Amino acid sequence: MSETPLIGGATLAPIDSRLAGARIGVVTFPGTLDDRDAARAVRASGATAVELWHGDSSLGDVDAVIIPGGFSYGDYLRAGAISRFAPLMSSIVDAANSAAKLPVLGICNGFQILTEAHLLPGSMIKNDHLKFLCRDQVLRVENNTTAWTNAYAPGTEITIPLKNQDGQYIADEKTLDALEAENLVVFRYVGLNPNGSRRDIAGISNAAGNVVGLMPHPEHAVEAGYGPSHTGTDGLGFFTSVLNTLLGDK
Amino acid sequence: MPRIVVDVMLKPEILDPQGKAIVGALPRLGFTAFSAVRQGKRFELTVDGEVTEEILAQAREAAATMLSNPVIEDVVNVEVVAD
Repeated sequence: MSETPLIGGATLAPIDSRLAGARIGVVTFPGTLDDRDAARAVRASGATAVELWHGDSSLGDVDAVIIPGGFSYGDYLRAGAISRFAPLMSSIVDAANSAAKLPVLGICNGFQILTEAHLLPGSMIKNDHLKFLCRDQVLRVENNTTAWTNAYAPGTEITIPLKNQDGQYIADEKTLDALEAENLVVFRYVGLNPNGSRRDIAGISNAAGNVVGLMPHPEHAVEAGYGPSHTGTDGLGFFTSVLNTLLGDK
Repeated sequence: MPRIVVDVMLKPEILDPQGKAIVGALPRLGFTAFSAVRQGKRFELTVDGEVTEEILAQAREAAATMLSNPVIEDVVNVEVVAD
């Protein structure tokens, strides 16, 4: 991915020299908005961001994949519904379900795509207050054993931006009970539930822990000066977590 | 050209914000008889030639896998309409 310089000489996270070879794919659909931010977050964590195009079927040699936020295909039909059928998504689904368990992170629209692709259960519908909402959101890390959260201590509260209109997570009671019982609720909203999500769920994972989806945006909170309250970098842990996973440290 | 019509509705327990907005606006125009509105989606699949059982089966499959999300929506009707 072509380099976007880090603004104002922003300080990068400490780089483990073993991480330099890690290649994290960032998917772009027509209508994706946050691919550049996700790529910057990958670089801030010390890894290499690799551009992936929805119309291709090959994942190349990436070690993990991020499906960023935006409005893929304009969210026509339903949020994430058409993206699910993109050639690259078939490859991502196969790789995520394979023995190699490719780490996959879906953020916002990416989370919606992961539910439509059945990599994660449930669905996202309109916020209960019917409005688009943009705010700094506090989340609790409920599960730090996934590929994308192992850098956080369990119970850690992090603040990262949230911005969505179709952010209400829903599933039937049986599915919600199973998510709770198997510890697959990865993040919960703290304080305000910004969209009416069932059981305050902000993010979930699959049983293997390699696929994680959440509505708020960790990639917007990785550089001092640009995150919540202009200082927050709580989102960086997502990107260092996956590197821990790839290095086999966690 | 014959068409196959697929009707998709949000499941009854799912909030339908468009329907809610509409039911709120109706009385302002003097329509006071309606206590709830649910807004669905109608898809028209045009077929070149005869609608065979195989094509109808494809439409049902498309309705179940792509046109609707079974977590939040029901396919309430799949039927052939002639012009």
